[in-house]
Amino acid sequence: MNSRYEVVIGLEVHVQLTTKTKIFCGCSTEFGQPTNSQTCPVCLGLPGALPVLNRQVVEDAIKAGLATNCQIAPHSIFARKNYFYPDLPKGYQISQFELPICEHGWMDIETEGLGKKRVGITRIHMEEDAGKLLHNDGNSSAVDLNRACTPLLEVVSEPDMRSSDEAISYLKQLHQIVVYLGICDGNLEEGSFRCDANVSIRPWGQKELGTRSELKNLNSFRFIKQAIEYEVERQIDVVDEGGQVVQETRLFDPDAGVSRSMRSKEEAHDYRYFPDPDLLPLDVSEDWIKRVRDSLPELPQVKILRYQNSMGLPTYAAEVLAAERPLAEYFEALVNHYDKPKLCSNWVMGEVLGALKDNQMEVVDCPVSPELLAGILLRIDDNTISGKIAKMVFEEIWRSGKTADQVIEEKGLKQVTDIGAIEAIVDEVIAANPSPVAEYQAGKEKLMSFFVGQVMKASKGKANPGMANQLLKKKLSA
Amino acid sequence: MKISQKDVEHVARLARLTVAPEELNTLTGQMDAILGYVDKLNELDTDGIEPMAHAVPISNAFREDEIRPAIGIERALQNAPVAEDGCFKVPKIIES
Repeated sequence: MNSRYEVVIGLEVHVQLTTKTKIFCGCSTEFGQPTNSQTCPVCLGLPGALPVLNRQVVEDAIKAGLATNCQIAPHSIFARKNYFYPDLPKGYQISQFELPICEHGWMDIETEGLGKKRVGITRIHMEEDAGKLLHNDGNSSAVDLNRACTPLLEVVSEPDMRSSDEAISYLKQLHQIVVYLGICDGNLEEGSFRCDANVSIRPWGQKELGTRSELKNLNSFRFIKQAIEYEVERQIDVVDEGGQVVQETRLFDPDAGVSRSMRSKEEAHDYRYFPDPDLLPLDVSEDWIKRVRDSLPELPQVKILRYQNSMGLPTYAAEVLAAERPLAEYFEALVNHYDKPKLCSNWVMGEVLGALKDNQMEVVDCPVSPELLAGILLRIDDNTISGKIAKMVFEEIWRSGKTADQVIEEKGLKQVTDIGAIEAIVDEVIAANPSPVAEYQAGKEKLMSFFVGQVMKASKGKANPGMANQLLKKKLSA
Repeated sequence: MKISQKDVEHVARLARLTVAPEELNTLTGQMDAILGYVDKLNELDTDGIEPMAHAVPISNAFREDEIRPAIGIERALQNAPVAEDGCFKVPKIIES
């Protein structure tokens, strides 16, 4: 990227969990409710209220840890991170500092041109979110505490990434994993997956890391890439002009395409962590870890390999089908009903995804279930219908929800395989097209597809194309 | 002295407390005395003793992920010095 400086990026991702309730109280976590309607003494930070840990949050943290090759700590504790801000009613955030639940993990990410690259995951810890500060126009701000105490996992990477592309690759993979695990809805715009990037530069060959700045407010993959690239250029300019990069937090403004300094870190970051006396330590048994491990779904990277190796799908198809869990589940259910993965893959990638896109629908709402689709494919297989008619049948099932057999029966779509009937049509086509016939017989063999097309048209698509082809060849060369 | 006036000023700033200059001396002395008192614990030999995060030897107090009723917007805002449109109203935060 740059000939003089190496770029070093570490990422902190806040993953908002999909639990029904908050991490330390029974208030609902539903998005978009009236302000402060989902609050209680615990999340309002009222004196005397006691937080109690949501078991599901621990379970989700273990899932995330196992899926990213972390060690799950048998013993971990919660800590108070002290700072003042109006969206933080207690004056501290309950988080984990020493002894987080997951440590020492890694992910292999895809890189441009360099193959797979291993990125270390320093730690994953559980914590509560803060409330939301709504900025009024005047001299005041409004505070909504619905989000206060919502469970988050903070996933901290090692500073192992060397370009904005690697950072995006890491984020996309992490995003895919947490969505696959069903622990996060993955909605970047609503803040369910938030990223802070620590960016620094250093001359090539230098071992020590340069001073980093922390980029915040990155709520789309595109902005993250832009913000990192802007920051790298900014730091290079500072250093080239003889200056020094200062450690600071910078806020990216996607409209202007620039970032600005938020606050210098020196004093603001004295958080005075200490173990939270309100919460008991957490012990995770081997048995619990094993139970969670056994419940994990097959992860996308593993699926992609299986689709390629044991189903024989090309890389691209494997990646598309495995990208999202509902689509992978649809595809696998189809293969269960109809054991020809390549044909299944073609249909899912073509008809199913196409129709879903046209109708702006999600795969879980697809009116043609895997079972119904398998019904169509079976009828192609036994020559009841041609591939072309099958597409019509698909559309009809999409509308009516009937089975392939019902549609074929009702619409009279059964393929004509009666040799006499096809022969009659072939004769008609030959009689009606004297000049193409002459050309064909003079050696223009490409015209065969024209004749087959005419036969299909005359039979309203119902003639068996293979039989039509054979008969045409025989008659035209006679 | 375990603690300097500068430490006291720093801690006061973190806690958003205003300390008058004439109080600084007294407070520094008092905080130093408190730390000196707690320092006595360092005389104990703690080699080979596991650090503990809690005074009671129990762990794993959980709740299940089940929704319980919220207390309602009105009650949530009851103690707010200023509330408006269902929100707590606070002075504008200026990031500098």
